[in-house]
Amino acid sequence: MGSQFTDWQGRYYHIDQVLDKPGPRTDPAFLAGDGVKDFLRNQAKILVIGAGGLGCEILANLALTGFKDIHVIDMDTIDISNLNRQFLFRTKDVGKPKATVAAEFIMKRVPGVKVTPYFGKIQDKDDDYYLQFNLVICGLDSVEARRWMNATLVNLVDPENPESLKPLIDGGTEGFKGQARVILPTITSCYECSLDMLNKPTAFPICTIANTPRLPEHCIEWASVLEWPRVKGDKKLDTDDPEHIGWLYTAASARAKEFNIEGVTWSLTQGVVKNIIPAIASTNAIISGKSRTLETTESVDNTHPAAACCNEAFKIATSSAAYLNNYFMLIGTDGVYSYTFEHEKRDDCPVCGGESLELSISSEFTVEQLIELLVEKQDIQIKKPSLSTPTTQIYLQAPPQLEEATRPNLTKKVSELVPPEGEVTVTASTLPFNLSLRVTYT
Amino acid sequence: MIKIWSMKKNEDAAAKKKPKTSAAQIRVQKDLTELDLPSTMKTNFPDPADLLNFTLTITPDEGMYKGGAFVFSFAINTNYPHDPPKVKCTQTIYHPNVDLEGNVCLNILREDWKPVLSLNSVMVGLQYLFLEPNADDPLNKDAAQEMSRNRDAFLQNVKYSMQGRSVKGVQFDKVLVR
Repeated sequence: MGSQFTDWQGRYYHIDQVLDKPGPRTDPAFLAGDGVKDFLRNQAKILVIGAGGLGCEILANLALTGFKDIHVIDMDTIDISNLNRQFLFRTKDVGKPKATVAAEFIMKRVPGVKVTPYFGKIQDKDDDYYLQFNLVICGLDSVEARRWMNATLVNLVDPENPESLKPLIDGGTEGFKGQARVILPTITSCYECSLDMLNKPTAFPICTIANTPRLPEHCIEWASVLEWPRVKGDKKLDTDDPEHIGWLYTAASARAKEFNIEGVTWSLTQGVVKNIIPAIASTNAIISGKSRTLETTESVDNTHPAAACCNEAFKIATSSAAYLNNYFMLIGTDGVYSYTFEHEKRDDCPVCGGESLELSISSEFTVEQLIELLVEKQDIQIKKPSLSTPTTQIYLQAPPQLEEATRPNLTKKVSELVPPEGEVTVTASTLPFNLSLRVTYT
Repeated sequence: MIKIWSMKKNEDAAAKKKPKTSAAQIRVQKDLTELDLPSTMKTNFPDPADLLNFTLTITPDEGMYKGGAFVFSFAINTNYPHDPPKVKCTQTIYHPNVDLEGNVCLNILREDWKPVLSLNSVMVGLQYLFLEPNADDPLNKDAAQEMSRNRDAFLQNVKYSMQGRSVKGVQFDKVLVR
């Protein structure tokens, strides 16, 4: 695609300062010159997840840095409230898919860049899809989507295939706070490793909501948590449906009046039920890397706070400077504070931790024999293992009812329950988390 | 592109291909198989293949709710343990911390939930509500007021409600098992 298009004069003047010669801290493997430029501009394929607040910034930065084959996934459509910071969208675009509009805008504005949009969920795509990229950058707003993406990329790592290891750069912002991190699946700590660092979503004690509301938020929570299920039964609350929000707003307003509480508004109602924290354009810009000049990459070392997603993508793709190891946080609530540290990998992480074992057994082996084998194995020291596959439970030691339900499997052949190369998850109280077995038959 | 693979070799990481089982699923399997419940609590799985939806029956052997069997439904979503399990009482019971719709006021089910907590902690917490009902954080305000103002009347109401009688015009479910 780069072949029919010639970049304009001087386009890469600044970036080439970095790529034409090694800096004091460049990786010894860095080869300055045309090779690295060719990789960046003609070979590197990069995936951006999310085309919202962070996504818009990330897409623009990548395109201007010289990445030319960019893919973007987003399942949302453009809302009028996005326009203040999601600068790739205009009023006429409201209602259209974010991914498509963002891709068109970038391609029009930065000639020579190919942006391929996908309007849908990350879960729609399979391993082969994710395998085609060199790098993945996430600018997401949900914990669930991040956990899925992280687990998918960790699972993708095939010990036989170096290409299967895809660096993941994850950016996130929340009001004036932000974070950027580099995850090298199975090597550095992963997203799941840091799950307990997350702020829990604001939740009010249900008794306060029910009896002693003091804040407008209490009234809104009352409407959504207690009133909705009581009045509407099993009907699911759709926080994107204006009619549903309207119902909650009316219910919350009435309750607020009853308790002399002021401040229940439509937008607060929407904010509380969707757990919205106002997004701030400048935070998005810092985290995505806009305000970082490329020149600083030369002096960036592991502990330098100047680190943000696109900066990291550039450094990882070119090895022109040391990349972030591995967690950068920004707090802009009182002045500007940033800190970089190495978040440690957790041995008991359910996604990247635990042990993995290749096990070759006879196809005549029963589940009971497999369990005996595991218990006897000196190197894993396991007691009372429970076994499952991604789709079924093979044998659970407890609770009694499940033990009974899975007991008939003990005499079955493992090969009837687990396909060749199939995976078995083993948990036991003696294991910090779990052990995964990859079973082959002889 | 940086050469990540060489770092991996140096780390002498064994083959670490992980299964497709979701983290929530693994965690639930671990939580369930390591439940350490007293004889007063029992789980029931309507569909033994579905570990994410089940009920817990609590039969307190002391306190004012002794003799009753209280059934709670557990619904765990794929975002567990980031999200707490959703727990509701399936019966209409007279309890200061459980409302007539079955909502439960237990701090670790909402504002104090943390991923380090487990299903076992939630279950123990629920049982505690029957041993020590808490009138300071009421969900059933009438019951809580009665409990702090007139303990004898409250005990009487608990007894009647457990027999399936009505208390102050509200019909309760019979939960007595012995």
